[in-house]
Amino acid sequence: MTRYSLEVRIKPRPGLLDPEGKAIHHALQSLGWGAVDEVRVGKVIYIDLEAESEAAATETATAMCRKILANPVTEDFQVSMAVGVPAGKLEGAQS
Amino acid sequence: MKAAVVTFPGSNGDYDLYKAAQQVGFDTHFVWHRERGLDAYDVVLLPGGFSYGDYLRAGAIARMSPIMEDVIRFAAAGGPVLGICNGFQTLCEAGLLPGALVRNDVLRFQGKDVRIRVERTDLPFTSTYTEGQILTIPIAHGEGNYEADPATLEELEGEGRVVFRYVDRNGEPGAAANPNGSWHNIAGVTNEAGNVLGMMPHPERAMEKLLGSDDGLALFASLVASVPALSS
Repeated sequence: MTRYSLEVRIKPRPGLLDPEGKAIHHALQSLGWGAVDEVRVGKVIYIDLEAESEAAATETATAMCRKILANPVTEDFQVSMAVGVPAGKLEGAQS
Repeated sequence: MKAAVVTFPGSNGDYDLYKAAQQVGFDTHFVWHRERGLDAYDVVLLPGGFSYGDYLRAGAIARMSPIMEDVIRFAAAGGPVLGICNGFQTLCEAGLLPGALVRNDVLRFQGKDVRIRVERTDLPFTSTYTEGQILTIPIAHGEGNYEADPATLEELEGEGRVVFRYVDRNGEPGAAANPNGSWHNIAGVTNEAGNVLGMMPHPERAMEKLLGSDDGLALFASLVASVPALSS
């Protein structure tokens, strides 16, 4: 078993009203960034887990997304290996 | 005639709900989310609040509580289940009701009295109201903006599963009467069988004229009337 660090990105589904993104969009525009077209706010969940392989780790995290981490009515998700952080070092890197 | 009020860490409408159920004559009990078994009850009530601090999504973690398996079984057997505010969010997360509740479009917590129109009176929750009746009931939520995909909405409207709608003083569901951006001014929906109701407004906080409104009383009275005489 190897320890893998994964990133789960969750974002509001296209077409769904995202009031928080809209408020930030207005703030950016009022600060002079008139070129901003759209802002959407999502979240990133960092997960460290033990798995047989990268594929198995990804599969596990995907199952977590389907079961609880994302709501399919309002959110899309994407699972990837954490970039730039060696597996198992995520906690140390943050402290 | 027994009512269960299911409580989660962070529930805060549980005592109001308990009091409301008791007021209409239910032998009412709190059931902690880690307990199991709802077979002895006639109705199951999920209160408002901020279960698990609304972490991840409102209701998302409460939905994984052990008691929710029993709530799902109770509902599948046809027992009446009412979810108010956070209870509504939890029922959506559990898949007992379609759609989801997202952040209010006005980006503010909304705590005030609203008017809602009764769209259906053939349910265990609404039998003592009259169709089209306009109720004054308080809301208190930051995430009450009801969203569903267009196909689901069409289904809900087509099957008459919108039970309550935000309206103005004339009973019209205009944009000005909508406190949170909900699609089609939806304030409450039911499942296909009509035995699960989720609603954002708080009928349990509208039980006494002295405190502003007693328009919620009939909802609990309807639940009493729905319980078969045998078990009362």
